[in-house]
Amino acid sequence: MKYISEFRDKKISRKIVDKINGTLKGYKEKISLMEVCGTHTNSIFRSGIMSLLPDNIEHLSGPGCPVCVTPNAYIDTAIAYSRLPDVVITTFGDMIKVPGSTSSLEKEKASGNDIKIVYSPLESLEFAKNNPGKKIIFLGVGFETTAPLVASTILSASEKKIRNFFVLSGHKIIPPAMIALLTSKEIKIDGFICPGHVSAIIGEKPYYPIVEKFGIPCVIVGFEPLDLLEGIEMLVEQITEKKNPSVENQYKRVVRKEGNKKALAIMNKVFDVKDSPWRGLGTLPKSGLYIKDIYSDFDAEKQIDIKIEKTKHNPKCICGEVLCGTKKPYDCKLYGKSCNPENPIGPCMVSSEGTCAAYYKFKKQ
Amino acid sequence: MTKNNEIQNKKILLSHGSGGEAMRSLIKELFLGKFGNPVLNELADSAVLQSTGNKRFCFTTDSYVVNPLFFPGGDIGTLAINGTVNDLAVMGAKPLYISCSFIIEEGLSWETLDKITDSMAKASKKAKVQIVTGDTKVVEKGSADKIFINTSGVGILQKNIFLSKNNIKTGDKIIINGEIGAHGLAVMSIREKFKTDIKSDCAPLWDLIEGMLSVGGIKFMRDPTRGGIASVFCEIAENGMFGIKIIEEFLSIPDNVSSFSEILGLDPLYIANEGKLIAVVSKNKASSILASMKKHPLGKKASIIGEITKNNKGKVVLETIIGGFRIIDRLIGEQLPRIC
Repeated sequence: MKYISEFRDKKISRKIVDKINGTLKGYKEKISLMEVCGTHTNSIFRSGIMSLLPDNIEHLSGPGCPVCVTPNAYIDTAIAYSRLPDVVITTFGDMIKVPGSTSSLEKEKASGNDIKIVYSPLESLEFAKNNPGKKIIFLGVGFETTAPLVASTILSASEKKIRNFFVLSGHKIIPPAMIALLTSKEIKIDGFICPGHVSAIIGEKPYYPIVEKFGIPCVIVGFEPLDLLEGIEMLVEQITEKKNPSVENQYKRVVRKEGNKKALAIMNKVFDVKDSPWRGLGTLPKSGLYIKDIYSDFDAEKQIDIKIEKTKHNPKCICGEVLCGTKKPYDCKLYGKSCNPENPIGPCMVSSEGTCAAYYKFKKQ
Repeated sequence: MTKNNEIQNKKILLSHGSGGEAMRSLIKELFLGKFGNPVLNELADSAVLQSTGNKRFCFTTDSYVVNPLFFPGGDIGTLAINGTVNDLAVMGAKPLYISCSFIIEEGLSWETLDKITDSMAKASKKAKVQIVTGDTKVVEKGSADKIFINTSGVGILQKNIFLSKNNIKTGDKIIINGEIGAHGLAVMSIREKFKTDIKSDCAPLWDLIEGMLSVGGIKFMRDPTRGGIASVFCEIAENGMFGIKIIEEFLSIPDNVSSFSEILGLDPLYIANEGKLIAVVSKNKASSILASMKKHPLGKKASIIGEITKNNKGKVVLETIIGGFRIIDRLIGEQLPRIC
């Protein structure tokens, strides 16, 4: 197994598409499927899957791009930290370009502030160890996929007594956002393409309320084109056959029913689940991960005082609505004009996982 | 904000050197605005210069800032020669002479410079060019990163060779001489301390190109370095006279390149190559050009990967591996800085 080409086979993809077409024969209603994972967004566009499917299947991108759901206030805080002497900000690459209220980390970097791109929080810890004279602040942004890694880095920093490593935690968990979208009823969602990586950590259980309370089918799906096609086929079967909606797992080669117990334990050890602000969705109950008091030595917000500028929003930017699936990037007056990947105004245009960036890159018609 | 203020606040970002959209706008807005002339305005890999008589020359320049200096399959020295000779070769010019400027950071070890210049000597011998002039500057520690090299090159254009985008017509085929993505990832693997067996494809292309030119039917060529093959396709389609269709299935991407790119979240279509060429050729000569390429060691894995289309004017459309369609757009931002 090479784990790539096997999941990109043209013949098998044709078979699945035929099956979907068969199931939908005579079915005229529109079917709206939402994914809540930036990697799904990217993979769907990159493989051109939607061009293979019947017109009445609509693909919606939900709040699945970590950078995109991070509110301006968080970015402003990171920017303010970057301006302090002796502070080095370490971050995953896609945070760099996200505009805050008046600046971005990219602009701060060009002005000479110390901002370093890392591929892992452990790299950041290593950097802290090698630069004891500096305060290293890692920008902890991401869902249940990255949070365990950040948690274990904090544990490691605690064990090794590295005192100049801090995390600015903006971590969030996905299921509350899915529930918030269904509760708001602003958008019709017929089925969720549930995030494969997040599910590898959390398992199937957190999706049960979505099925039980709202009757919306959930299928956990992998990221290769054939995974997505098969996942869509499973959703279409559930939606059209009107059988009882359920949580199904297409990504069994990675996702276990109970998730990754070890990762969950580490996450629970380091983080408390509290209410948290999301761009576009407002403050959602029990949706954010905050560093527990016993590890507050590593909590940037508790250890390093900072004054943050007043948060400003560009009133024309509709990233919030795009994240909820209630509007498409095309509906935005800025899209493709003053807001483009070179000069993003909203975060959805920044990250390769962002909906606006994916539309811009792959769908420009 | 007034325009003056805007200019004062604007800064050069890494993306201005990425070979993508930002660099394109920097060149078009600033450089062409001030230096523009008919030769430069072509923005080709090399400038085509008419001398007295019928001889035409190509002239090009390139700076090398790769980090790290040494990587699997090459080093800054091999790049500095091959990169420049390839810019001449893809214009249809036989590379002849190279200039070489070193900007060296104080404290660089003699041994490092010895190794780099060894590579340059070997590479220029292989590419059959001579280094005929040069310059050396040493700057204080911290004012440059180890060593930067600039090379310029002069080549003589072959008779009756007029390669230009203007020659391209609907139905023309697009050929590449082999596998993509190796150079960028070879450099990345050292930088990010990943263990892979990926080696840079850095190689001089003139020998291969000379054979292709003798078959005839070549309309336009480019070496897909920074910005990868995607950027070359976008550049070809840019004038909006025709579209391009690329078949993903026909692209050859080695397994190690495709796995490593997946891990790093990179798209091989945008990764730099240093021994590849994209040629747009007339439909009826495509198979004989391909046959000639396959005889050469650098063209063994050559293939036809797409064609010029009447529809989708100005756009590059990829038929994906599963049979779907999507647009290939210019590289946005900086994928990998200091790759060459």
